[in-house]
Amino acid sequence: MELTVVKERTEQKKMNEGKEEKAVVYRTKNLNLWYGEHHALKNIDLDIYENEVTAIIGPSGCGKSTYIKTLNRMIELIPNVRTSGEITYRGRNIFDKSYRVEELRTQVGMVFQKPNPFPKSIYDNIAYGPRIHGIRDKKILDEIVERSLRGAAIWDEVKDRLHENAYGLSGGQQQRLCIARCLAIEPDVILMDEPTSALDPISTLKIEELVQELKKNYSIIIVTHNMQQAARISDKTAFFLNGEVIEYTDTDKLFSNPSDKRTEDYITGRFG
Amino acid sequence: MAVIKQDSPTYSVREMIKEKKAKQSGLMFVEKLMPKLLLLTAVISVLTTLGILFTLLFETFTFFSRVSIIEFLTAKEWLPWNEENGSFGVAPLVTGTLLTTGIAMVVAIPIGLASAIYLSEYASDKTRRIIKPILEVLAGIPTIVYGFFALTFVTPLLKQIIPDLGIFNALSPGIVMGIMIIPMVASLSEDAMSSVPNAIREGALGLGSTKLEVALKVVLPASASGIIASFVLAISRAVGETMIVAVAGGSSPVLSFDVTQSIQTMTAYIVQVTTGDAGYGTTIYYSIYAVGMTLFVFTLAMNLLAQYISRRFREEY
Repeated sequence: MELTVVKERTEQKKMNEGKEEKAVVYRTKNLNLWYGEHHALKNIDLDIYENEVTAIIGPSGCGKSTYIKTLNRMIELIPNVRTSGEITYRGRNIFDKSYRVEELRTQVGMVFQKPNPFPKSIYDNIAYGPRIHGIRDKKILDEIVERSLRGAAIWDEVKDRLHENAYGLSGGQQQRLCIARCLAIEPDVILMDEPTSALDPISTLKIEELVQELKKNYSIIIVTHNMQQAARISDKTAFFLNGEVIEYTDTDKLFSNPSDKRTEDYITGRFG
Repeated sequence: MAVIKQDSPTYSVREMIKEKKAKQSGLMFVEKLMPKLLLLTAVISVLTTLGILFTLLFETFTFFSRVSIIEFLTAKEWLPWNEENGSFGVAPLVTGTLLTTGIAMVVAIPIGLASAIYLSEYASDKTRRIIKPILEVLAGIPTIVYGFFALTFVTPLLKQIIPDLGIFNALSPGIVMGIMIIPMVASLSEDAMSSVPNAIREGALGLGSTKLEVALKVVLPASASGIIASFVLAISRAVGETMIVAVAGGSSPVLSFDVTQSIQTMTAYIVQVTTGDAGYGTTIYYSIYAVGMTLFVFTLAMNLLAQYISRRFREEY
């Protein structure tokens, strides 16, 4: 285990050589997580960079969803979760007692596996975030709603039905609505937990294009089951297996020339 | 248990099933008879309801052949016991009912809703497992017990705060009725709130909402139809409640909104007549059917309203 960690570190160093240094958004140091007795994340060390798409891949149960949910502390909704180690977001330890979880989640948006719009109108779905953070001006809200919906490439499809219930939209539209809802509070990072796993191929394509567009302004961390998706859209990829990071490097390198046998076995479909 | 080897079965399951089938012709008869029996039991309760409704209607018509419906609806006094200038204006009984129901709702709705929010959004599984059964016990106490609790405990207690309070009054049974209804509001509202999927809560939390914001701005609106329906059902329960108001509310049908004085509700009047010595066939005897009919119209309207609301405001998720 020690060896892997050392190897990763050197790799990361190599990776960063000769490139302009990008700012680190999230730095995970020696993170461990337990569900009751089950040791779900083991000694995770991972740096996530600004304005990049970082993909997390791995077989079911490898801890990739657990990890991404730890980044905005959604994992704490599950009873009996324990963590050790630290995750710093922009230099601040997110497990600090003084760090309000609401503050963290305002800066770190999340898109979930299944679209989960509120049972409200399309407009109110988007306006919810700004409203709870104190923005009440109708004109500003109107602008935010339009900008967010445009940002999520769904404005043209819904502009004539803003006041209809969001549940009337298709699954793919609902997911883009959820992304728009996330954009409405202008977060810094967007976490996406298998955002296309419940969608058809065309909706998936739209979301993938959207992710490419969004990375200009946001840092995106995306968990995916789909290796082709990771290869298509991400800049860096982390391969998780049994709660450990096996390999974390540039996506191109990971898929063309993996340095670990297990990564190779996984991406060539020998297991998982 | 012997292990059966696949290649050497000592029996054939197919043959056994065939054999059993042949013996079971009697079972087919039962199979055909059962739905008819079950239908019959369902029909019994429907017929009973129709029978009650018919009696109510029939006797109400008899009453209105003696007392005009206009007097019943518009007269301001309810003096059925006066032989000479009796008056049958239902208004005082209706205000008595509305008064106690109103007080009950003022008690039950805030407390019930707050408990529901706590149970659904904040309480741990363990706390919920303890509190919910206790609430349900509260709902299982016979209403007569609530009645003398109102008369012998709550009224004296209130009298220390309001010295003018009559022994019989609207306030005390109203409050106790409210307490009685809390579990109903809490339990039904909690059901409505906990059926809101967790994914929706997570969506709101993910945007940086506090727990209270999630409860009030997401879960509450999403379960509004169920919550309002629980209010309406609670109101209809309070309107029909009998023992508490009969014991602690008094028997003075007066058209007033003074909660400190003795009143009479529609239900309490019916109790008074049926336990008293009004002879069969007298106008008083028939009047209870007219009052009962009024009560029935009230609760029916409430139930229809509840159904309408839960259909109309259902936020589908």
